[in-house]
Amino acid sequence: MTTALEKTTAAKDRLVPGTPLLEVRDLHVEFKTRDGVAKAVNGVNYSVAAGETLAVLGESGSGKSVTAQTIMGILDMPPGRVTAGEILFRGQDMLKMSNEQRRKIRGRKIAMIFQDALSSLNPVLSVGYQLGEMFRVHEGASRKEAKAKAIELMDRVRIPAAAQRVNDFPHQFSGGMRQRIMIAMALALEPDLIIADEPTTALDVTVQAQVMDLLAELQAEYHMGLILITHDLGVVADVADKIAVMYAGRIVETAPVHELYARPAHPYTKGLLRSIPRLDQKGEELYAIKGLPPNLYKVPAGCAFNPRCDVATDLCRTEIPALHQVTDRDGAELAGRKSACHLWKETLHG
Amino acid sequence: MGRFVARRLLQMIPVFLGTVTIIFFMTRMLPGDPAAAMWGDKAADPAQLAAFKHRMGLDVSIGRQYLNYMGDLLTGNFGETMAGRKVIDVIGEALPVTVRLALLAFVFELVVGVTIGLFSGLRRGKAFDKSALVLTLLLISIPVPVLGFIFQNVFAIQLKWITPTVQDSMNLGQLILPAVVLGSISLAYVARLTRTSIAENLKADYMRTAVAKGLPRRKVIGTHLLRNSMIPVVTFLGTDLGALMGGAIVTEGIFNVKGVGNALYHAINLNEGATVSGFVVVLVLVYLAASLIVDLLYAVLDPRIRYA
Repeated sequence: MTTALEKTTAAKDRLVPGTPLLEVRDLHVEFKTRDGVAKAVNGVNYSVAAGETLAVLGESGSGKSVTAQTIMGILDMPPGRVTAGEILFRGQDMLKMSNEQRRKIRGRKIAMIFQDALSSLNPVLSVGYQLGEMFRVHEGASRKEAKAKAIELMDRVRIPAAAQRVNDFPHQFSGGMRQRIMIAMALALEPDLIIADEPTTALDVTVQAQVMDLLAELQAEYHMGLILITHDLGVVADVADKIAVMYAGRIVETAPVHELYARPAHPYTKGLLRSIPRLDQKGEELYAIKGLPPNLYKVPAGCAFNPRCDVATDLCRTEIPALHQVTDRDGAELAGRKSACHLWKETLHG
Repeated sequence: MGRFVARRLLQMIPVFLGTVTIIFFMTRMLPGDPAAAMWGDKAADPAQLAAFKHRMGLDVSIGRQYLNYMGDLLTGNFGETMAGRKVIDVIGEALPVTVRLALLAFVFELVVGVTIGLFSGLRRGKAFDKSALVLTLLLISIPVPVLGFIFQNVFAIQLKWITPTVQDSMNLGQLILPAVVLGSISLAYVARLTRTSIAENLKADYMRTAVAKGLPRRKVIGTHLLRNSMIPVVTFLGTDLGALMGGAIVTEGIFNVKGVGNALYHAINLNEGATVSGFVVVLVLVYLAASLIVDLLYAVLDPRIRYA
């Protein structure tokens, strides 16, 4: 335990300050199916530092989960295919590593929490076995040691009576408790980075907050990087440091979390924020962005959002907007703020 | 769990009594007089015939015969054959042979069937999978006698690896070929069932989790995939084991195996009521035990199933 901890701490110290833990560069992923080629991810760039939380926001089909699965190396290939890009973990391109090298990173250095804990946990194995497996496979622990550590982990994610419940099966736990077990499993080997793919979507609202708080607390405690994938703006606000909004396989806006909420620089983000139900607008009709998410087999020309955008111009229909650095009215750069909109100035300042 | 087993054991009593009753009356209703048949084409001497019927207990009403039979059965007396052998001895000779043959066939279909199914399921649509599908289709379609004769011809007559028929029915080595023939149809079902189950579970969310945990492929497949995929296969295998234990009239006939199938066949031919019902009694017990074991195994494999 201590040796593993020392190792990770030592590795964290070696990290050059300012170098992100994980950096995704110009990632392109497509799916070849009978219906054609679906371009799921089209040049995504983002980075996470140790101790930082990046929220990736987007509708279903925006490519947020595909990007995460590509980082994890659990994308189904075929039909999935990485056509370009790099995924640098501590400066090393994971896409160039051997399967065995990548396997050793999975679970130990980068761990993942999935949306539906009931289907993501193996129904026929006890939770103790599934947690203990991390130690047995990655650290060569004995069955007995693994079980003791599993109980310890269950305690840490505050599962009551962990020692009595270690031999229980996933279906014997409540939804919130199951998600805690998923978190415990991801946390087991104190990874440098956790990717949480919609970790609270399948849970009741009251339980959502508890699970999110637990995740945020543990992340701070272990100084891990966290990529939080969600379509729920409400989940993000309290825990994220920065947000990347994705649409049709591209990042359309990035910003520190509170700035994005206060002053979005992309019409899509603006629409998302407007569509959150608010108590002070009781009785009014809930706003919805018109139209449907784009068909990935046939992404619209120009800005992919243009058919649904209220302010789209001819330029938007022909030219794909670059990810512009966002500036304030005086032209001073706003740190960490970028927008892929031809009309970002009007959107932000107008 | 204990209560479940107790209830199942109690349920066995009516099933057991019912089957024995039905089989008793069915054998007694076969056309022909088994006693007169002892004299062949010659007319029986009425005095001798009456004496014989009396010795076999056939001179009382059928209802009386039934009560006598059930009474004997409950005290462990299975009766005698027409020739005066104890039925229990006939069973004692045939059953060990069938158990050996059945276990060999069972191991064969389990090991080979699951292996083929596993690799087929993992490589769905590839060459191995396609050839496995053709092979299993062939096995399912070819009648057992044809398959038996092909095997005899190839392995005994052409290759001379073995003798065409079994000389010593207790010799495991000689039983291998009949066991392969006997297990081949079930093997095809096991392989297809495993394949479907593997292919389906391969897409399950927990498989993605297992990979994301950094488990080696061997563990992902061996522990996570196989455990889940075996549940439907075990159900099939359990009932099949019961069926195999019932003897295989055709296979045993082709290979001259002196097992239950063979003994039953002869007993039915000779209208040996006591022997036929004696075998059925034992087979019903074996079948009931096999299905109970399957149900218990099912709960072990799938913890979501709990018996109370």
